[in-house]
Amino acid sequence: MPIRVPAGYDVAHLLDTGVLILSFAFLYHRRLFGILKLYSVQALLLAAAAAWQAYIQEAPHLYITAAIALFFKAITIPIALHRIVLRLKIHRSVETVINIGPTLLVAVALVGLSIWLVLPMTTSSGALTRESLAIALSTVLLGLLMMITRRNAVIQVVGFMSMENGLILAAVGVKGMPLVVELSAAFSVMVAFIIFGIFFFHIRERFDTLDVHDMERFRGESR
Amino acid sequence: MNPVFLIVGIPAAAALIFSFVSSYRIAAHANVLASALTFAASLVLFGDRPATSAFILIDDFNIYLIALTAFVAFTTSLFSARYILHEVEIGRLQSGNLRFYHAMYQAFIFTMLMVLTTNNLGIMWVSLEGATLTTVLMVGLYRTAEALEAAWKYFILCGVGIALALFGTILMYLAAQPVMGEGLPAMTWSALLGRVGDFSPAILNLAFVFLLVGYGTKVGLAPLHAWLPDAHAEGPTPISAVLSGLLLNVALYIVLRFKMLLTANAAALAPGPLMVTMGLASLLLASVMLYRRRDIKRLFAYSSIEHMGIITFAFGMGGPLANFAGLLHMTMHSLTKSAIFFAVGHVSQVKGTQKIADITGLTSSQPLLGWALVIGVVAIAGLPPFGVFMSEFLVLTSTFGRQPVLALLVLAGLLIGFGALIRHIQHLAFGTGAGGERASSVALLPLFVHLGLVLTAGLYLPGPLVTWFQNVARLLG
Repeated sequence: MPIRVPAGYDVAHLLDTGVLILSFAFLYHRRLFGILKLYSVQALLLAAAAAWQAYIQEAPHLYITAAIALFFKAITIPIALHRIVLRLKIHRSVETVINIGPTLLVAVALVGLSIWLVLPMTTSSGALTRESLAIALSTVLLGLLMMITRRNAVIQVVGFMSMENGLILAAVGVKGMPLVVELSAAFSVMVAFIIFGIFFFHIRERFDTLDVHDMERFRGESR
Repeated sequence: MNPVFLIVGIPAAAALIFSFVSSYRIAAHANVLASALTFAASLVLFGDRPATSAFILIDDFNIYLIALTAFVAFTTSLFSARYILHEVEIGRLQSGNLRFYHAMYQAFIFTMLMVLTTNNLGIMWVSLEGATLTTVLMVGLYRTAEALEAAWKYFILCGVGIALALFGTILMYLAAQPVMGEGLPAMTWSALLGRVGDFSPAILNLAFVFLLVGYGTKVGLAPLHAWLPDAHAEGPTPISAVLSGLLLNVALYIVLRFKMLLTANAAALAPGPLMVTMGLASLLLASVMLYRRRDIKRLFAYSSIEHMGIITFAFGMGGPLANFAGLLHMTMHSLTKSAIFFAVGHVSQVKGTQKIADITGLTSSQPLLGWALVIGVVAIAGLPPFGVFMSEFLVLTSTFGRQPVLALLVLAGLLIGFGALIRHIQHLAFGTGAGGERASSVALLPLFVHLGLVLTAGLYLPGPLVTWFQNVARLLG
């Protein structure tokens, strides 16, 4: 891949890795507000990564993706979730299904898995693309892990959004992919819908907590 | 004018207009009208097939699925008008809840037809994501704890599925980019098909795994099926009918498009065995799960998983005969299952419950409805003379010659499922001790049209249709 500035490769890596490290931080944080702040920082890094790719690939449309990440994900969504948490009075520490130690071990294994999967398979692509794809896949898998190990509905939404950050990271890292802006916008609509859904469904009224485990008691029939 | 613009334009315009219509009755009638117009427009495709462009692709494969989708959407809108009206009359739904029901219905149909007509992998993905968004509010329509839980589960699981599918799509572009260059052609399905032989097989393999798992979640393949029974059981019945009859098919259609790409690259992994395994797992799991069901809609939701398993298995086996069987089964299942949900919807209205234990003796208390349900269940269980029997028979015979062990497993799954359905229908239709029924107005026409078509297909498949399916089967490889 032609790189516009000599430091382009290093900076892109730095930003990508920052996104991944924040995904690790999600896994050991217990406080809801802390997790929301972390998410905000992750989205900020994503915006920077997208803008950087726009610059070195000379692809101006990626600046739009960066702008969506900055204004929508780093600012609007954390504020909206913050208000939901306050209004629903659930700002206590959050239980995990699996202890934090084993979760982090699994997370390391997942990063290993994605490097092992992606690097040998993509030898035909440029080094930058390959490595940012491996980091992106790790971020996606860690988001999935977060959704599995946390019971709280708000945290599951954050897990989903960090998965999405990984996907956007992959999409901007692949050179010249069309429709990236449209795809990231479509995803943002979905996220907005989910958050709207928490309000709309009045989950709090029905369940007292946003603990998904409690919801499962209401299943129509026992398994 | 390009008929595709009409096919996707009518539902899109209708969705927009209906979101401003507050009267339930007017919207319900207009919904039927819009669906009928869409169906009529879809028939135009058979005579006047538009050329392939960067965004539109119409070939033998999707043309019949477009017609089928528009047809089931039309008949379901007829059923829905009567069904929802009754729900409002008995007070289960307030008209406020229904404010956006018809707009969402048309928006859902729009996304389905977008997936089917588009040539662009990105648009395909966005449309299927849109399908999740439009149906999730309808699944939670009743606002009960169960309905909300079902909607949440549907949302989160399908959201994860759709995310994995996007990663697969990005990988597909990554595979195409060195060969096709940057830009739109590298995401255009028909352009990819011509050049896929030169792509890096390793990336293609990785992409397909993500795509199969991602879109497979929407098909309801085991072990990713957890959302399906809840969403079918807790949502209003017209939505169960379109989820089973349309959404599952359309998601599988996407998987098949990618399978065609993989097959065209000799060095990539064969997609068949993966699909065979997932199909077989779904079939066996669902057929066992059919026994202990206590909720009538959940029962038929598991039956949908079973049948999507059979179809995926057939396409996984591949070859002209198995593909033919898969296509036929896709059509038959879509028609039969939506007919069954029509019947089940009215049955649960009449009985005031969805609990199987409380529904019995239908053929004596509600002869027409009861027998329609019996016929539907007999058809879906795979008994002659219905179309489902023929497609299942073809799946089995085409497999016996090549993989006898697999054929035995399929047969076992079919028989287990058959036993469960017969056991349940005996109780539902012929038990004694009925009573406590409420009056209900029943829309029988869509029900009998669907069952009539399934019966006709079982007795006699018209020659042109057979040739058509054979062509598509060859296309699928």
